[in-house]
Amino acid sequence: MKSLTNAPGARTPSLCAQHLTLRVGERTLLEDFTHTFYPGEIWCVAGPNGAGKTTLMMTLAGLLRPAGGQIEVDGERIDAWPSAALARRRALMPQTSHDAFDARVLDIVLLNRFPHLTGWGWERPADRAAAHAALAALGLESLAARDVLSLSGGERQRVALAAALCQEAPLLLLDEPLAFLDWHHQIACLTALVDWTRFLPRTIIFSCHDLNLARRFATHALLLEGNGIAHSGAARDVLTPALASRAFGYPLVLIEQNGYEALVPALPDAPR
Amino acid sequence: MTARRAAFVWSLLLLAAFVVFAAALALGSVAISPWQAILALVHVPAHGGSGAQAGDLAGEIVRTLRLPRAVAGFSCGALLALAGALLQVLLRNPLAEPYVLGVSGGAAAFAVAALLAGCAWWLVDAAAFAGAVLSIALVLGLARREFWRGEPQEASPRLLLTGVVVATGWGAAITLCIALAPDDRLRGIVFWLTGDLNGAANPWPALVALIVALAVCVPVAPQLNVLLRGDALASSLGVPASRLRLRIYVVASLAAAASVTTAGTIGFVGLVVPHALRLVLGNDQRMLVPASTLAGGVAVMAADLLARTVIAPAQLPVGVVTALVGVPVFLWMLLRRRR
Repeated sequence: MKSLTNAPGARTPSLCAQHLTLRVGERTLLEDFTHTFYPGEIWCVAGPNGAGKTTLMMTLAGLLRPAGGQIEVDGERIDAWPSAALARRRALMPQTSHDAFDARVLDIVLLNRFPHLTGWGWERPADRAAAHAALAALGLESLAARDVLSLSGGERQRVALAAALCQEAPLLLLDEPLAFLDWHHQIACLTALVDWTRFLPRTIIFSCHDLNLARRFATHALLLEGNGIAHSGAARDVLTPALASRAFGYPLVLIEQNGYEALVPALPDAPR
Repeated sequence: MTARRAAFVWSLLLLAAFVVFAAALALGSVAISPWQAILALVHVPAHGGSGAQAGDLAGEIVRTLRLPRAVAGFSCGALLALAGALLQVLLRNPLAEPYVLGVSGGAAAFAVAALLAGCAWWLVDAAAFAGAVLSIALVLGLARREFWRGEPQEASPRLLLTGVVVATGWGAAITLCIALAPDDRLRGIVFWLTGDLNGAANPWPALVALIVALAVCVPVAPQLNVLLRGDALASSLGVPASRLRLRIYVVASLAAAASVTTAGTIGFVGLVVPHALRLVLGNDQRMLVPASTLAGGVAVMAADLLARTVIAPAQLPVGVVTALVGVPVFLWMLLRRRR
């Protein structure tokens, strides 16, 4: 995993959570959480359903006001950023996207160039090039002219990820980017994301339910228990059988074979 | 969609608007050549003599009868199509149209009540506008939380339901008025409800409303594209989703109100024109908002030309023509497409 945590020289934080407290109704999801995210890091946010992964992503993106504490981007409070400048600094891929009308895949991806548009808001060749590059990075060039309503769930999800990449913001917040994807495409997307952070000082924070992929591809992990407690650190130190069992409320065991590792549920009637 | 392609679409529609405008000035019970008709707009013959007399008559017809009617037709159609395009984005729903949120219902209920009371035409107009504004304020007041609430709940279904229910309430009030109306008032009420440009003597407020509405909407058209993809994405891209929603709701509603006040509830244009353009040209709001406006104006101006020439000297309400011609054309466009 050494090769992934390169961060050439730069140790200026890209995102900083200060004494962050998140609440939904009466429930406290996260209490007094302070952490700094650096370029070159790929963070997986994991936790059970309703633990606050989406709430955390939206708060980190500056779209939700936390119940306490604050978020800082480049040392400045996120709500003090002008919205267009912030949109060039961080991109968010929401969990759901709406498609009421048909539209070409390329046009959907181009929408994320909005913060880069000037004048009357028409794209320039550079914007189109960025969109094609983002589609190519995820192997989606052949879909560019397709109608977005004709895509499968997994294809739509990869288009949304391409759109987020096309925004060319150095901080990428992805809410469940691997949902609906098959094995092959989960790994292809994660590989593309790792490549995306390799040569430029970029940070990715994504939420994910597959702890094994997170252990393999993420450099760090943030495990939410959903009761105010969060564990953060290197992916393999956080996504352990002990901590994950506690967070998910179900016993998990780590099995090893030929150098491969997997966290699996300790089903009661499993053959030993 | 590129800027060049959009400009091409707009030029074509603008050309169509000029052609239909010239035809609307030239055609009618007294035939005037299009050139003469356009000259009559700028040139007021003041000399005596029989030739000048005839020219003066033609000029008078063009200036006092045909010009206001053509301008009213264009403005109302443009306002309705603009409102329809905006509301389809706001509600993220292809079935949205200018009247769905109750604007026309309020206007119609008040106008019909005024017609029932036998008010002068300007009082009917004033009542219609007051009803529209009241209805807008009512829906805005009832659904205000839906405008400000962001993710994860989406604003649209509740706003839409509020509007539909308010519209239904107005519908009942209109039916009540019609049930109470004496027979000699019914014809005027029916014409008003179908949409009729016959009484549109003063089209200029609608034209001003159109220009203002365009000035407010066209600069935010790129943001509308983003808003269609949901609040979370829009906000993350720097689009102020709640404020933008409020803005397009107010503009679309006032546009519909201005049109209804001028010409009654002309149906179908606001739903069909944006859809027809979307089917042919795609759903880029930067192109679609101005293009819908132009195409809606052309559609109603042309429909009114038909309405007053097909069975001349009798006249049809323009709303009948927009629907009779629009329904088959739209169904054909919709169904010929194969994915």
